[in-house]
Amino acid sequence: MNEDKVERRSFVKTLVGLVATAGAIPLLSTFDKIYASANDTENELIGGKRYGMGINIKSCIGCGRCVDACKRENNVPRDPYHFRTWVERYAILMSGETKVDSPNGGMEGFPAETSEGEILRSFFAPKLCNHCSNAPCVQVCPVGATYTTPDGVVLVDKDYCIGCRYCIQACPYGARFFDPATRTASKCTFCYHRLSKGLLPACVEVCPTQARIFGDTLARASQLTRFFRFNEIQVLKPDLNTRPQVFYAGLDGVVR
Amino acid sequence: MDRLTEQLAHALKSITGYIYPNEIELHWGILIVIYPYLTGLVAGAFILASLVKVFKVKALEPTYRLALLTALSFLIIAPVPLLSHLGHPERFYEILFTPNSKSAMAMFGFVYAWYLMMVLLLEIWFDYRAELVRWAEESTGFKRLAYRALALWSSDKSDKALAFDKRAVRLITLVGIPSAFLLHGYVGFIFGSIKANPWWSSVLIPVVFLFSSIVSGIALMLVIYLVTSLWRRKKIDMPCIDKMSEFLLYALIIDFSLELLDFVHRLYQSEESIEILGNMISGRLFISLIIVQMLMGTILPLIALGITRVRRRVLPEELRRMIYLLAAIFVQAGIFSTRWNVVIGGQLFSKSLRGLTIYKMEVLGIEGLLMAILLLVLPFVILGVIVKILPPWEEEVHSPTI
Repeated sequence: MNEDKVERRSFVKTLVGLVATAGAIPLLSTFDKIYASANDTENELIGGKRYGMGINIKSCIGCGRCVDACKRENNVPRDPYHFRTWVERYAILMSGETKVDSPNGGMEGFPAETSEGEILRSFFAPKLCNHCSNAPCVQVCPVGATYTTPDGVVLVDKDYCIGCRYCIQACPYGARFFDPATRTASKCTFCYHRLSKGLLPACVEVCPTQARIFGDTLARASQLTRFFRFNEIQVLKPDLNTRPQVFYAGLDGVVR
Repeated sequence: MDRLTEQLAHALKSITGYIYPNEIELHWGILIVIYPYLTGLVAGAFILASLVKVFKVKALEPTYRLALLTALSFLIIAPVPLLSHLGHPERFYEILFTPNSKSAMAMFGFVYAWYLMMVLLLEIWFDYRAELVRWAEESTGFKRLAYRALALWSSDKSDKALAFDKRAVRLITLVGIPSAFLLHGYVGFIFGSIKANPWWSSVLIPVVFLFSSIVSGIALMLVIYLVTSLWRRKKIDMPCIDKMSEFLLYALIIDFSLELLDFVHRLYQSEESIEILGNMISGRLFISLIIVQMLMGTILPLIALGITRVRRRVLPEELRRMIYLLAAIFVQAGIFSTRWNVVIGGQLFSKSLRGLTIYKMEVLGIEGLLMAILLLVLPFVILGVIVKILPPWEEEVHSPTI
């Protein structure tokens, strides 16, 4: 019995020591990671360029043309499960409750509100990849198939992606999906193929109310700079320190 | 692709509240549930084995080799669910040749290789070396050649060599324990480090994974030891299984405390996500979390093992064996549910924290139920083969009959 006790004590002792050691290893690498990714993209921008998008909530009328244009431009499956951009409708009821919907990503616009109570206020929130400068998807990709371009756009190399879907789990915004055709992760590219030809992203191009403004966030004089100057700017989920490069004006606190 | 569309259409109908449209497809299914379950068993079985060598728990001696071989069998299958889940399995080598050093997942190949090569295979080899040499001498023909090859053509049977083997085993076990901790703590870290997901993002997850792996490993070895002894019509070593059940009880207590801590902590902190997580627990996860994981898999075995521990002298051996076996099976179901609740649970709620989706497992197909069952059975088949080649039983003094 006595031997039993000694045995148990030394077992517990050693166990505690081992837990402490094993626990420290991932911890150290995390610090390293945070530090590395925090200093990641900002230092090496091509010609000092960093692409970004401004979205004016007050201007969006929820027509869904951006969603349709994006799907056409980028060969996104035309089903209601895969989107590079989509539009959400928020209805804040008199009771304080918030109702959100996005039927087929808002691509065909929105049906008249079948109200479950009197609506206090309602608005649309277009969503897309935030091209975070501290992007969790870039951090977690095991092979580096998801990367940030020198001008600040987060892209996926579909010939390199192994399809583990870790990036989809790591994205706080639900901006990524698994492309059934390529069997790789996919998402908004800011229409990088258009940018390289001096064109605007398709969603920006078709927006009838100029709710989407695209440009270089570092430019001294541009539409985007003007947007930053005359609006109070918010980003989505700022507490996660992803540092999004999609900026919202008139964003309500209920939008997540 | 049609089947996918069908599945997604079904999921779309089952959504409550609002979820991001890209979240309708649930990305990590049953295969990713099995992966941490298998690695957990590996780490747990190894830690049980190391109790004998490092912590000198003599009573557990009869399970030492069996536990090592079990760990090996499960480790061989552990990467299979991961591989078969990849969109491009043929590109898996990229994770080894061009790993992204910042990715938690990129380290998997290295942690796995380290554990397989430097810990398990090495320890098994040193532990069996003397026997391999002897078995080679006692047999003829191909069998002789095979055993000589397994012994890597070593033939030294001097006391000095045997002493070296012994020291090597001890040293490897010493390195092996933190490695086993690393292996499964690391798997926990893959989930725990995802800040986007409030169900996963917890510093406790790697620790909870670790202790649940110890629980599952000991429970597995209890079942395997009991069943193989009955199968071989050998007398069951009561002090050994009493000791195992005792360690199972302690590990279960720590595991349960940690899980309770996590639970209470979340509840008390009551962060933004608490409402949707609460909805999920009281709804879609109720059976697998509250009933199977908590009640059946933890509290019931805790009570049963607790009572047998206190009343060991009074309870007849037959009854104790029965309780141990049942408790171990219940624990196993509970740990499987734990993995399920982490992996599937973490994807049932929207990151908009406004709605819930469902997971519907298919039966056939590479991500289906049959594949899952196959992956859970395969390690036992491999164990059966390895046990034939390297008999772990003490009384088997003569060369194995294959």
